[in-house]
Amino acid sequence: MQWETVIGLEIHAQLATMTKIFSGTSTAYGAEPNTQASAVDLAMPGTLPVANEQAFRYAVMFGLAVDAEIARRSVFERKNYFYPDLPKGYQTTQLEKPIVGPGHVDIELEDGTKKRVRIHHAHLEEDAGKSLHEDYHGMTGIDLNRAGTPLIEIVTEPDMRTAEEAVIFARKLHGIVTSLGICDGDMSQGSMRFDVNVSVRPAGQEAFGTRTETKNLNSFRFMEQCIHQEVERQIDLLMDGVAIIQETRLYDGESNRSRSMRTKEEANDYRYFPCPDLLPVVIDEDFIEDARRKLPELPDARKKRFQAEYGLSEYDASQLSNNAQMAWLFEETVRHGKDAKLAANWLLGELSARLNSEDRNILDCPVTGAQLGALILRISDGTLSSTGARKIFDALWVSDDASVDALIEAKGLTQVSDTAALERIVDDVLANMGDQIAQYQEADEKKRKKLMGGFMGPLMKASNGQGNPKLFNEILRKKLDQ
Amino acid sequence: MHDKTVAELSRDLAEGHVSSVQLTEHFLDRIQEHDGHLNCFITLDGDQALNRAREADERRKQGNATPWTGVPFAHKDIFCTEGVLTTCGSKMLANFSPPYNATVAQRFLDAGAICLGKTNMDEFAMGSSTESSYFGATTNPWGSNRVPGGSSGGSAASVAARLVPAATGTDTGGSIRQPAAMCGITGLKPTYGRVSRYGMIAFASSLDQGGTMARTAEDNAMMLNVMAGFDPRDSTSINREVPDYTASLNEPLAGLKIGLPREYFTEQLSPAMDRVVREAIREYEALGATVKDISLPHADLAIAAYYVIAPAEASANLSRFDGVRYGYRCENPEDLLDMYTRTRAEGFGREVKRRILVGTYALSAGYFDAYYLKAQKVRRLIQQDFIEAFKDVDVIMSPTTPSPAFVQGEKTDDPVTMYLEDIFTISTNLAGLPALSLPAGLVDNLPVGLQIIGDYFAEARLLNAAHQFQQATDWHRLAPK
Repeated sequence: MQWETVIGLEIHAQLATMTKIFSGTSTAYGAEPNTQASAVDLAMPGTLPVANEQAFRYAVMFGLAVDAEIARRSVFERKNYFYPDLPKGYQTTQLEKPIVGPGHVDIELEDGTKKRVRIHHAHLEEDAGKSLHEDYHGMTGIDLNRAGTPLIEIVTEPDMRTAEEAVIFARKLHGIVTSLGICDGDMSQGSMRFDVNVSVRPAGQEAFGTRTETKNLNSFRFMEQCIHQEVERQIDLLMDGVAIIQETRLYDGESNRSRSMRTKEEANDYRYFPCPDLLPVVIDEDFIEDARRKLPELPDARKKRFQAEYGLSEYDASQLSNNAQMAWLFEETVRHGKDAKLAANWLLGELSARLNSEDRNILDCPVTGAQLGALILRISDGTLSSTGARKIFDALWVSDDASVDALIEAKGLTQVSDTAALERIVDDVLANMGDQIAQYQEADEKKRKKLMGGFMGPLMKASNGQGNPKLFNEILRKKLDQ
Repeated sequence: MHDKTVAELSRDLAEGHVSSVQLTEHFLDRIQEHDGHLNCFITLDGDQALNRAREADERRKQGNATPWTGVPFAHKDIFCTEGVLTTCGSKMLANFSPPYNATVAQRFLDAGAICLGKTNMDEFAMGSSTESSYFGATTNPWGSNRVPGGSSGGSAASVAARLVPAATGTDTGGSIRQPAAMCGITGLKPTYGRVSRYGMIAFASSLDQGGTMARTAEDNAMMLNVMAGFDPRDSTSINREVPDYTASLNEPLAGLKIGLPREYFTEQLSPAMDRVVREAIREYEALGATVKDISLPHADLAIAAYYVIAPAEASANLSRFDGVRYGYRCENPEDLLDMYTRTRAEGFGREVKRRILVGTYALSAGYFDAYYLKAQKVRRLIQQDFIEAFKDVDVIMSPTTPSPAFVQGEKTDDPVTMYLEDIFTISTNLAGLPALSLPAGLVDNLPVGLQIIGDYFAEARLLNAAHQFQQATDWHRLAPK
């Protein structure tokens, strides 16, 4: 039987406000446990929440970016449950009247087809603290630094049909919130977390299958793996005649396994009701228009600009424009290094590959746009061979603050383009390659081209990799074809 | 000295007849002498009070005293006071010393007032008799076997017994006015949002309001001058100018239109109570007021709506008492669930648990619409009744309670009878209106309160009406033996 997968996402994005959503405490990450938790964050008796205006501005900017309705009046509610890292015993969130109503995000699939993913709504809420189960034998440590960090929870309609689609959408959304500057997008630190709702149904069937929700996926790779794994699990069960249970699941990316956390029957009754400590928040047209004026360039517009301004291919432009950090790094590189195409190749090639292989985020990319730009300059002006350029890139990657020119000097990687010097090397090398020369000269033009490579290797070796390969080639042709 | 009002003590301090240290020592001595029997105080803060009194005397010498500088008073133990135990009458917070001041506490501190201690109350302000306190019941100074009312019973009894000239209170369904009535003092619940709730331990957030308790309307006005005002830390506090509440006390009452809701003068009211209240209203007529019968058609729904909304909010407000961060934690918890259940089972008293259960039930899936939403609709109808009524009248008058102070233990086993204690006071909390209770006479040698309800932000008018009555009568001067 053919199966169709149906995927919807819920995305929690931490808003990049200076202070928490209901208190004046700093939201900076990485402080000593419980040093960024005030009386309000600790839910000390008698303390009261005051809503952070900036969180609303960011939510409105998000709403505008996804073409959504903005609620002129939104209401915070209390979601009641007990957990040690939830200080008040309820989470303050929005349910009936969220700040952002229905909207949509358009994505482009790998085969070039366009697809619209609808946003059901997005609401503001507070993050919980963290429970630390390690390091405390038989006990749990509670760190409330994160408690009260503003989150926007974005809920999509079940509009995605493959894991790949879901990842494209997730990346696009990541690009939108980071471009807006409302979220730093650092998934490794939990700044953006994805819950995936997955169900399968026989192809052609209208009704949705029973769905499961897998929570807190913190990388695109895990998200993709998890969906594949969950789809497989569900199909296997259905093929065996076992019904899917509506449940919440936890996924472990390292082992690529998931397990049931709780079923629908075990779910809490959250007893939502409007929070009496916070009045309904009323937003006027001026506030919305002000947010609209502050909207920065978004990925779609940036992609078009990159094509027009830098002459990039649609694919390169799209790859570089989605992630705000990547786009910014690209433009910095071009500013210093001029050649946009070369800059795009390096960012999407060497740099991306290196980030991937080290599982690093663009946010902690160790190379600056100025450095990359300087590198591009030295490639364009012929100072560096591609081999030399890679060596410099390696050096930049592991050093702080190094200058490209100083590295070239120090490593003696300046490409030799002095024709006389290169001719001497060619003569020396050819002196010991009589057999190959004879073979070459007997060959036809087509075969000759192939045989050229056999000379280049020894030439590069003899020049310590510094000989200009283009010039070597010319000199070699001239000498061999004589 | 202890028979003097805040206004009189303030004048004596200003004129140098007495020092704050002398006043503070005097009232601390009175507390030592009488509180063993009355149990008005949970915590006394004598040493710090004397230090502050010395500072106050110094400040007065420097010439930057406020009317409150050096005047002793007490806080209901629901207001957080930095470094001083704040228990809310509960075992749950018996060891809780807040690292911050409630806005109300800070304002009195800034004014230079001397807090002598923290007064007893029903646990988490849930009660009408101050019998549910973990620290034992408070006795009404008017009768050794009588309750002082509640939940601000410690404040009311301490003012009535002249242990302090004034005390703060909070009123969620009548918790200032009912004990004020039963102890023969004057108490005001301001408009919701007039006084900051920051640092005031929440019972039912949409109904709670801090207020004033003293013997005279004038002293209440002096207290409100300190307490009222916008607080950026309380989103429900209202940013609106605060008048000098003492400035309008002496305005004549000629032409004041008084409404008497017929729903409040029924057979529930004993003939003796009815007589006292009617007598007081005749006094107002003598002062130039006119009286009109009015109707508050949804009055009979108030108790039912209140006992859904207040417990619903309380059930969430009290979730933070989980044994994790502060307050009581059970001994040797086996695991998380054990810690939660035993901490809350052992830390909360019966009435608090009852209300948490009622509130949890009212908010549960399948019941929310029938209880919580319906109650909110009723609340709006009740509010609408008052808005209609205030189109025709300036103030509404009624008895504060259906009967004078009852005997201790009489209603503790019958929560519904206890809830009916607040039958005349609860509607104003649901509507968010200001209301005041002042002594209007005696029944069986026990004080009876007259309630005056005003339109939104009409505190000055209520205090003016009460003050004029107190200029013409002596009920507020009566002291328990």
